[in-house]
Amino acid sequence: MGTTRKKTPLSVIARKLLPFATGVAMIFVWYGICMSLSADQRFLLPTPHEVARAFVDKGPALWGAALNTGGGALIGFALAVGLSFLFALVLSLSPLVRASFYPYLMILQMTPIIVIAPILILWVGPGLKSVVIITFLICFFPMVVNTTQGLISTDSNLVAFFKMCKATKVQTILFLRVPAALPYFFTGLRIAATLAPIGAIVGDYIAGNSAGGQGGLGFLTIIYSSQFQMGALFATAAVGCLLGFIFVMGVIALSWLALHKWHDSFSHGDS
Amino acid sequence: MTEDSPLPIVELRDVDKRYGEGPLILDKISFSAKRGDFITLIGPSGCGKSTILKLISGLNPISGGRIVVDGLEPANAVEKLAFVFQEPTLLPWRTVAQNVEVPMRLHGSDAKLRAEVVRKSLSLVGLADRMDYYPRQLSGGQKMRVSIARALSVSPRILLLDEPFGALDEMTRDHLNEELLAIRQQLAWTAFFVTHSVSEAVFLSNRIIVLSANPGRVHSEVRVDFPYPRTEETRESAAFGKMVAEVSKILRSVERLH
Repeated sequence: MGTTRKKTPLSVIARKLLPFATGVAMIFVWYGICMSLSADQRFLLPTPHEVARAFVDKGPALWGAALNTGGGALIGFALAVGLSFLFALVLSLSPLVRASFYPYLMILQMTPIIVIAPILILWVGPGLKSVVIITFLICFFPMVVNTTQGLISTDSNLVAFFKMCKATKVQTILFLRVPAALPYFFTGLRIAATLAPIGAIVGDYIAGNSAGGQGGLGFLTIIYSSQFQMGALFATAAVGCLLGFIFVMGVIALSWLALHKWHDSFSHGDS
Repeated sequence: MTEDSPLPIVELRDVDKRYGEGPLILDKISFSAKRGDFITLIGPSGCGKSTILKLISGLNPISGGRIVVDGLEPANAVEKLAFVFQEPTLLPWRTVAQNVEVPMRLHGSDAKLRAEVVRKSLSLVGLADRMDYYPRQLSGGQKMRVSIARALSVSPRILLLDEPFGALDEMTRDHLNEELLAIRQQLAWTAFFVTHSVSEAVFLSNRIIVLSANPGRVHSEVRVDFPYPRTEETRESAAFGKMVAEVSKILRSVERLH
């Protein structure tokens, strides 16, 4: 009594095994639901092994589409990251600048993509360009907001210290405000990373171009759903999920590289 | 105190301060410091003692009167000053050594000089073996030491310390007080120190300026004549205790004014 409870090895093992066990249980439940469906409803929910077979059968189409969508997502994401950073730098200059741009940034964010898409198709044509722009539009806002917040949240004592050192405005931005904003920047990056593949798939769905093997996962979704290929649709969803996973893992790796040495979010050894 | 008057290194004459159209914070503050003085400003909260440091440093402009720092306006005397803030104010993404060299980097000193000064400054505060640590790996006292090493790296003639040890436990604080005086013995800067602790004020300074609040005014000055170097024994002596009691009494009488 009175002593702190130590983690037993059993609970450590349980921690590792439980997610796996949950997954197995969910597959059982999935099969259970499939079995309970009447014969004329069976097509609504494919069994796990039917999804697996769709993976194999549609493999080349799926991976090709994933590559197209992933490429569009990556370009749109990269553009959003770069331009949002520059824009955030401008916004961080003064409250006046922020006040004059924020309303329009909000309007941009509120405008439904589904309405912008046809305009984009008319302007730049369907295909990669439209997909990139749609991804960009979705990723831009969270990036700008977070990075700007980071740039203006610099510790006022540190700002005073730089002032005492007679630091120039450029020095203060480069050596103080930008590094201090990194944790915020990576928060925005993580949000944008989950949005980028979704944005690219939505973009492909409404403004993609199927000609010459340019179709992405959105295009496949249209095809498979029109043909009621439920197994293939589930497989497409899984590939989209994988794409999102890759993006998020990439960003987590980047933020680890940039922050783990000094930022508390990566501190270790404390209880 | 006019018998020996080489030019004061810092002089405040009838200094007023208010922020914008706000109330008067400081009212006709006048005192001067000779080279080598260790002056502690003490007084009830709201007496503007930290503000005085900011005015001397040129961080904030004065509203009236005049401040001369080594013959110059405060804003032009920045190179002669170093400020130690209440918080360590280290850059968390830079190592200890990189933090110490920030002022020199901003001034564009070359790498060789920087490395030398960094080593020297960190040895002075006893952290030469922590060069490659990041701030989060240090204790509160160690962070403050790095902050002091950083201030010393520019070879200041005047050191402004705004309650630097306020957040530390008493043991660490006493220890750092002794270290600060030992460093001063070697480098001989003039110091302006702000604190709430009477015993800290008596231990460190040769002059204590007591301020009253709303608006901040100089109430009185106490001279502390214990010879330097002061050590643990100084703190344990009966005369020291008497002095602390005396200053505490003045401080209480000032606080009762409100």
